[in-house]
Formats: sequence, structure tokens, C-alpha cells
Amino acid sequence: MAEVLVYVDHVDGAVRKPTLELLTLARRIGEPVAVALGGGAGDTAAALAEHGAARVLTDDAAEYADYLVVPKVDALQAAVAAVSPAAVLVPSSTEGKEIAARLALRLGSGVITDAVDLEAGGEGPVATQSVFAASYTTKSRVSKGTPVITVKPNSVSVEPAPAAGSVEALSVTFSEQATGTKVISRTARESTGRPELTEAAIVVSGGRGVNGAENFSLIEGLADSLGAAVGASRAAVDAGWYPHSNQVGQTGKSVSPQLYIANGISGAIQHRAGMQTSKTIVAVNKDAEAPIFDLVDYGVVGDLFQVVPQLTEEIKARKG
Amino acid sequence: MSLRIVVTVKYVPDATGDRHFADDLTVDRDDVDGLLSELDEYAVEQALQIAEGRRQGGDDAEVTVLTVGPEDAKDALRKALSMGADKGIHVEDDDLHGTDAIGTSLVLAKAIEKAGYDLVVSGMASTDGTMGVVPALVAERLGVPQVTLLSEVSVEDGVVTGRRDGDTASEQLQASLPAVVSVTDQSGEARYPSFKGIMAAKKKPVQSWDLSDLGIEAEEVGLEGARTVVESAAERPARTAGTIVKDEGEGGKQLAEYLASQKFI
Ligand SMILES: Cc1cc2nc3c(=O)[nH]c(=O)nc-3n(C[C@H](O)[C@H](O)[C@H](O)COP(=O)(O)OP(=O)(O)OC[C@H]3O[C@@H](n4cnc5c(N)ncnc54)[C@H](O)[C@@H]3O)c2cc1C
Ligand SMILES: Cc1cc2nc3c(=O)[nH]c(=O)nc-3n(C[C@H](O)[C@H](O)[C@H](O)COP(=O)(O)OP(=O)(O)OC[C@H]3O[C@@H](n4cnc5c(N)ncnc54)[C@H](O)[C@@H]3O)c2cc1C
Repeated sequence: MAEVLVYVDHVDGAVRKPTLELLTLARRIGEPVAVALGGGAGDTAAALAEHGAARVLTDDAAEYADYLVVPKVDALQAAVAAVSPAAVLVPSSTEGKEIAARLALRLGSGVITDAVDLEAGGEGPVATQSVFAASYTTKSRVSKGTPVITVKPNSVSVEPAPAAGSVEALSVTFSEQATGTKVISRTARESTGRPELTEAAIVVSGGRGVNGAENFSLIEGLADSLGAAVGASRAAVDAGWYPHSNQVGQTGKSVSPQLYIANGISGAIQHRAGMQTSKTIVAVNKDAEAPIFDLVDYGVVGDLFQVVPQLTEEIKARKG
Repeated sequence: MSLRIVVTVKYVPDATGDRHFADDLTVDRDDVDGLLSELDEYAVEQALQIAEGRRQGGDDAEVTVLTVGPEDAKDALRKALSMGADKGIHVEDDDLHGTDAIGTSLVLAKAIEKAGYDLVVSGMASTDGTMGVVPALVAERLGVPQVTLLSEVSVEDGVVTGRRDGDTASEQLQASLPAVVSVTDQSGEARYPSFKGIMAAKKKPVQSWDLSDLGIEAEEVGLEGARTVVESAAERPARTAGTIVKDEGEGGKQLAEYLASQKFI
């Protein structure tokens, strides 16, 4: 069976969920071979094997952390040369997309970004994309060379499928460009203890209607009652009420949870671009005319300062 | 020496309009107004600030704005020129219709080389394709460092420094010029063109180049050269109208009941 390369996104050996989703999708088009780079690369093997990686190619050179993007492109290029895969899959993070594009250019092939689904086709894998703020669904494929495709988080549910996961060292020669952009310092984001925004099954967001940083505790309270991640509109972020890393939308994170609850958010097109593919959408807004209500499965026209605390209490009571 | 800055700006269909695909599955540009991608305004702003900083320090700088697009794409250049850029380059050719990201990066890289550059500044993503890959591709083609997705950027003594806020960490980056930079909408509000700026823009030079000026063959770009094909595009069915209730004191409880009925609680 044809092999499919999967680029592994991990933090010090802990594999992030979008990679497990890629392994699930990769099995539809071939046999997954994972490529894990940087510190802790070897530690990823067990999790990858459990989710279907037949082989795990690793290299833990310091260059991956010390320089931006290009060393990882060099490594994937080396992996493609070693494996001759039917396709290369990369998680759709900002960095993942850059890696994928540069790799495709080097391979003389094409790149598709932000796929939300993937299936085998007669002329290679066919990717589904959700475009124009999710108002269109397109199906595309790469028509020349080895397809390089990035896939959005939460596009598929993870299915374990034990495989060999034999670890092999990947031999990489770094290009002249590899050391062009130095990472002179790195500050890890502090963990809030809540699920990661792009990976969460439920996201609770607040917008301008939350009316102040101090009131975001209401949003956090609701999120915690549901085990959800917290999101924010750009208006709330620009006002300094919540960190930019939690912004949902075109220039923030794109989320696709099972449930999205928008509180005090009007539903501007740029916000919708980041949440419109959520499975179930709920909104609380005091303006019955707010465009967000065009999207909802359930909406409450009301003051969030009344509705949200009551909802949180009721959830806690029901959960006992 | 003058610091030569090239800003890449894209002309895109207005996101607040009704965007559609044409029969050949490319973007229908006839039915909806176009404009300078809002995210490229941030690129123009940072380029202007870098140039102004140089001039204050007694050095010189020149900001050229570059677009690849149809006739109307001149509007995007005009907007950038009225913000304060010095000159424009418009790459236009019928054979460019349907170009994909890899093809676009070829045209941009050739035009940037022909224009001459020390620094390229791009937006974080276009507001139509939203791929966020063109700056990285241009850097790969030019063989210069990519210093992308910066929320803060500065250029001093031939070195560009910036902050990149990633998924799991915030990084401080550094590279020597020449380099390709892209900036996010966190980099600082873009200025509005002044009346004076709008009048001045009308007199600023705009060069027009076609594929032969750049030594690019027609089959390398356009639908023919594209390495990706769109097989189908379907308008997403309108969501079935949801239930909307007015809060009369029990809104939170009603919502909880709904969430329970959907098994979220
Ligand atoms: C290039 C570009 C990129 C952008 N990217 C993003 C992005 O990534 N994400 C994003 O979110 N936006 C983005 N925006 C901004 C976007 O256009 C909107 O300005 C923004 O989403 C508005 O945020 P909001 O809904 O919180 O605020 P508003 O539009 O001001 O809406 C506030 C809502 O709260 C309601 N409200 C007020 N008080 C209460 C109350 N007590 N109880 C209940 N409801 C209340 C109001 O009725 C209103 O509907 C972008 C814009 C541009 C131009
Ligand atoms: C809905 C949709 C989906 C698409 N999907 C794909 C796909 O999967 N694969 C693919 O190869 N192509 C795809 N394309 C085509 C692709 O968007 C265009 O080729 C485009 O020119 C480059 O990508 P982008 O607009 O996403 O740019 P981005 O990479 O998002 O743009 C980043 C920056 O590059 C600069 N830039 C980009 N284009 C130009 C330009 N024409 N002139 C000047 N500067 C520019 C700007 O500074 C911009 O801010 C798609 C287009 C659309 C409309």
C-alpha cells in the first residue's frame, strides 16, 4: 500500500491532537509514516503507533527550535526522498501551512491548505475546503507531483488503530537557507488549565457585549461548567479584555467544535469566518437583529448578564 | 544607500459582499466590488513606518507597492499610494487568470527581483484565499530569510527583528536583509489616506508589467500552470432556522434545557 507522510506537531514529545486526526485521515489514502522533529521527537512514537503510524521517522537536531520553518522543510523533503509517499499531510497551523507550501514548491507539486475532509480519489486524494467564511464548500486536488495538504483541527474524530510504529532515524542535510531566520528567544504560553481553543469540543466566547475584562469571569465560569475553551471576538481582544491568543475569527483562531456559544457577539463576517463550521451554534445577544442569529441552532435574545449566570447555575445543578 | 522596500498588496472581492465562484470555478470578480485586502493595509503601514524611521535618521528609503491582478487591481495600488507609498507596480496579463498560490509566488518573486529590493513586506493572509502562504513561498523563491507573521517589527543596521505569536509560544525572530516579512493585524492600526495623500497618489508613477516583461511563460501560471484544481464548488445550504427565544427571566434555564436535549450536559 502507498505510504502517506504525516508531519507530527508535538510539544517536547507530547503529540497534539490534530496530528492524531491526520493519522486517521491518512489511513483512508494509504499507510501512515509519521515524521517527528526536534526535542522529544522519539517520545512521540508510542502515541503515533497507537494511532496507526507504521513507521516513525525522527530527527532531534537543535536547528528545528533555533531557526524558523526552513529546517523543518529540509527534513520533510528528506523524508519524501526516502519514502516516495502518495501524499504529505500537515496540520493547518500557521507554521504548518508555511512548511507545507515551501515543501510543495520544492517538490514541484501543489499545496492545498485548510482542508476539512479528505478522501481517496481516482487521481489522488480529494480535499474538501470550506471557503469564503464557510459560505462555499469546494473539492480540490493537487494535479501535479506529490500532493501536500494541510488539514484543519477537529476535521475528523480520532480513531485509534495500533500499528508497528518502528522508530527510524531520519538523516537530514540542512540547506543554506535553514539558518536564515534565528529564533532569539521563545516564551511558552502559560497554560490556563482549560482545553486548547482549536481542539476543544465546546467553545464559549465573549464579545464587546461582555463590556470589560473583569466581566470575562462570567464567560470563564460558563466555560468551566462545560469543560470548554474560552474564545473572544476581536472587539474584546482589541479592548484588552482578553488575550489575542484566544481570538476566534479570520485573523484569530479558526474553531470547529461540537458546540459554540457566542455571548455578546454580533456575528461580523470576519468572526463568522472562524466559527461558522461549528456543529451546533448557540448565541446570547440582547439585539434580536444581530446577524449571529442567522447562524444559530438556538438563540436567546436577552441580556447576557442575566442569561449567562443563570445558565451556568443550571448546568452545575444538572451535573450535580 | 536607500532602503528599497517592496510591499505586496492583493486586490480582493469585498468580504461583506456576496462572494461567488464563476463557471470555471475561479472567483467571480464581476458581481462584487473589489478592494485592497484589509490585511495588506497593515503591511503598507509597517513599510511606511520603517521608511519614515530611516528618513528621520538621515537615511533614505523608498516604498514600492506591487500587485498581481486584473485591470481593477490598480485600485488597490491607488489606496496604498494614497496612504503614502512612493510608487506602484501592476502585473497584469490575461494568462494570469486562475493562478494558484505557487504560481502567484513565481510572478511576485520575478517582479520583486526586477524592481530591486532590500525588504519585502506582505500581509499575514489575503481575505479571499486566506492561505497565508505566499510570503513564505516568495522567500523560498528569492532564497532569502522569511520573518513572517510578526505582530511587532523593526529594521536597523540591515537586520530585521520581530515578534511572532504562535500557537504555543511567542518568539523573537531575527534575520539579515534582504528578507521577506509578513505582518499581522496586531502590528498597529493602518493610517487613513489624507485628502493630500489622495491627491498626491494621482501623480505617483505606476508601472505595468506583463508576463513577457518578467520572463515567465504563459503555461507556468494561470489555470494551465496551476498545480491544484478545484473540482467542485457548492454554496453551503442555508442553515435551517434555529429556535430563538426571548429572555423573560428564564432564558438561561431554557438554554440549559436545550443543551441537555442535545446531550451537551
Ligand atoms: C481584516 C479584518 C479582520 C478581522 N478579524 C476578526 C477576527 O478574527 N475575529 C473577530 O471577532 N473579528 C474580526 N474582525 C472584526 C469584526 O469585523 C467585528 O468588528 C468584530 O467581530 C465585532 O466584535 P463583537 O461582535 O464582539 O462586537 P460588536 O459588533 O460591537 O457586537 C457586540 C454585540 O454585543 C451585543 N450586546 C451588547 N451588550 C450586551 C448584553 N449586555 N447582553 C447581550 N448582548 C449584548 C450587541 O447587541 C452586539 O450585537 C476583523 C475585521 C477586519 C476588518
Ligand atoms: C477560496 C479560495 C481558495 C483557494 N485555495 C487554494 C489552494 O488550496 N491552493 C492554491 O494553490 N491556491 C488556492 N487559491 C488561490 C490562491 O488564493 C491565489 O493563488 C492567491 O493569489 C495566493 O494565495 P492567497 O490569496 O491565499 O494569499 P495569502 O498567502 O493568504 O496572502 C498573503 C500575502 O501575500 C500577498 N499576495 C497574495 N496574493 C497576491 C497578489 N495577487 N498580488 C500581490 N500580493 C499578493 C499579500 O501581501 C497577502 O497579504 C484559492 C483561492 C480562493 C479564492
